[in-house]
Amino acid sequence: MSDVLIEVKHLNFYYGSVKVLKDINLNVEKNNITALIGPSGCGKTTFLRCFNRMHDLYKGNRYEGEILLNGENLLKTQDLIALRSKVGMVFQKPTPFPMSIFDNVAYGLKLKGIKKKSEVEDIVERSLMQAALWDEVKDKLSSPATSLSGGQQQRLVIARALAVEPDIILFDEPTSALDPIATAKIEELLTHLKDITTILIVTHNMQQAARVSEYTAFMFQGELIEFDRTEKIFTNPREELTEKYITGRFG
Amino acid sequence: MDSSVYLKDKLFRRLGLFSSLTIIIICILMFVVLFIYSYPAIKQFGVVHFILSDTWNPVKKVFGGASAIYGTITTTLLALFFAIPLSVGIAIFITQLCPEKLKSYFSNAIELLASIPSIIYGMWGLFTLAPIMRIYVEPLLQKIFLPIPYVRYLFTGTPLGIDLLTAGVVLSIMIIPFITSIARDTFELVPKELKESAYAMGATKWEMIKDVILPYSRVGVLSGIIIAAGRALGETMAVAFVLGNDHNIHLSLLKSSTTISVTLANEFTEADFRLYISSLFYLAFILFIMSFTALGIAKFFLGKMRK
Ligand SMILES: Nc1ncnc2c1ncn2[C@@H]1O[C@H](COP(=O)(O)OP(=O)(O)O)[C@@H](O)[C@H]1O
Ligand SMILES: [Mg+2]
Repeated sequence: MSDVLIEVKHLNFYYGSVKVLKDINLNVEKNNITALIGPSGCGKTTFLRCFNRMHDLYKGNRYEGEILLNGENLLKTQDLIALRSKVGMVFQKPTPFPMSIFDNVAYGLKLKGIKKKSEVEDIVERSLMQAALWDEVKDKLSSPATSLSGGQQQRLVIARALAVEPDIILFDEPTSALDPIATAKIEELLTHLKDITTILIVTHNMQQAARVSEYTAFMFQGELIEFDRTEKIFTNPREELTEKYITGRFG
Repeated sequence: MDSSVYLKDKLFRRLGLFSSLTIIIICILMFVVLFIYSYPAIKQFGVVHFILSDTWNPVKKVFGGASAIYGTITTTLLALFFAIPLSVGIAIFITQLCPEKLKSYFSNAIELLASIPSIIYGMWGLFTLAPIMRIYVEPLLQKIFLPIPYVRYLFTGTPLGIDLLTAGVVLSIMIIPFITSIARDTFELVPKELKESAYAMGATKWEMIKDVILPYSRVGVLSGIIIAAGRALGETMAVAFVLGNDHNIHLSLLKSSTTISVTLANEFTEADFRLYISSLFYLAFILFIMSFTALGIAKFFLGKMRK
């Protein structure tokens, strides 16, 4: 029914000499939400940060295998700047930049050299609407982004990622620092966003994975134990380990 | 709780309270004493007139503080002008660019700079920097700036090497460690996720520094700058050797001048009548207020930053 956006093939990852991801194979479907679940320390964040080559910022990290984005191995690409405008990322804690609301959303455009004022304004408005934040901030676009609440900041960061029209956005536990109401808003937003982009989300919260995602991957100790449609994982998992984890009878 | 421990605790708290009160009282007493000693001069010359008049004539018994105040402010501004970009640059280098292994060497070198006694900066300024300024730098500056209208007035006169510009350079080297170490500490405080977010948007290292680190640290760096300005305002020994002692206001940076602290250091021994001594105290009083204001502003910004 839908196309594959990303194929992960035999991915290994090392922090120095420590192998943290072990032979991971997985496909990410376009315009779907794929959730990564698993106990703390199993390598979810590490896995997520391979897709935008975040590990390249630090010395001694090494990838093996392939991650094909539109058929091209992004682990081999030299142009990280271009890659990162195709692969957005939203962190655990909101990370508004120390600038105005408007400038935050326009930041990716600025980096790309898009300067035409009307074009930038249109994109900022569109992105804020897509992130369900426009009505709350349209009268104070020049206020500092830090003046927003935590949930608003997180939606601002989503708008910032959306502005450059990425192929996929990576979310690393985006609601773990938020209250339940703000969390619900973000979850609802995510289910709308899959119409315009693709989402890969790490979540510590299994109900969240069950609520928002089409596909779920269960990881354990650096291995991908099971990957399937979300309802299958949560109702009738193939692996015993998965069943133990989702029913909370773990360790 | 054991009552003797309780007693010790109480005693210790009393002692702490007592010593902090002492510090506050000393500060207030200083203020009062400075005011009392300055009073004859304040009565004689007034406030506005003393600050605006550049006559400093012990023979005619007429005193005005303008030249010393002008010299103090000008050398401080010059020092900041040179030191700010350098310090911020060094701090960026240490925290963002420098290989991890070398970091501590550079940090220590900067701290070493801060531990050199100011008299040694003064001697270095007099024996090494001043000749270099006189022979090489100042003639070059004149060649560049004298043809430019208006700007030229900052560079007129015969280069002597003993002037506002040299004093500004010496002072700037003295305050670089202060600004650098505060800037370095505030840069280190920028959350890792914030920096990573900039990279995740496709920013280069330079764009990340410019758009995230610098704006995020603005307030911290600013308060470091003001603390450094406070140091520069009151610095005596480093400036005394390279500024001369000229109680006339010259627009040119290549002319001798004086500062409040230099005047005090030079002239207390010569002051042989009450109004002279009182005028010197008056200058000291003004310096006290200037430094206090600088510190107050810094505290205000630091408080704002913590919020
Ligand atoms: N920068 C790092 N250097 C070395 N080991 C790391 C680093 N980050 C994480 N790890 C280790 O890698 C494993 C996976 O971590 P992580 O991907 O953060 O797990 P998760 O996000 O699933 O909680 C853990 O054992 C962790 O200790
Ligand atoms: Mg994690």
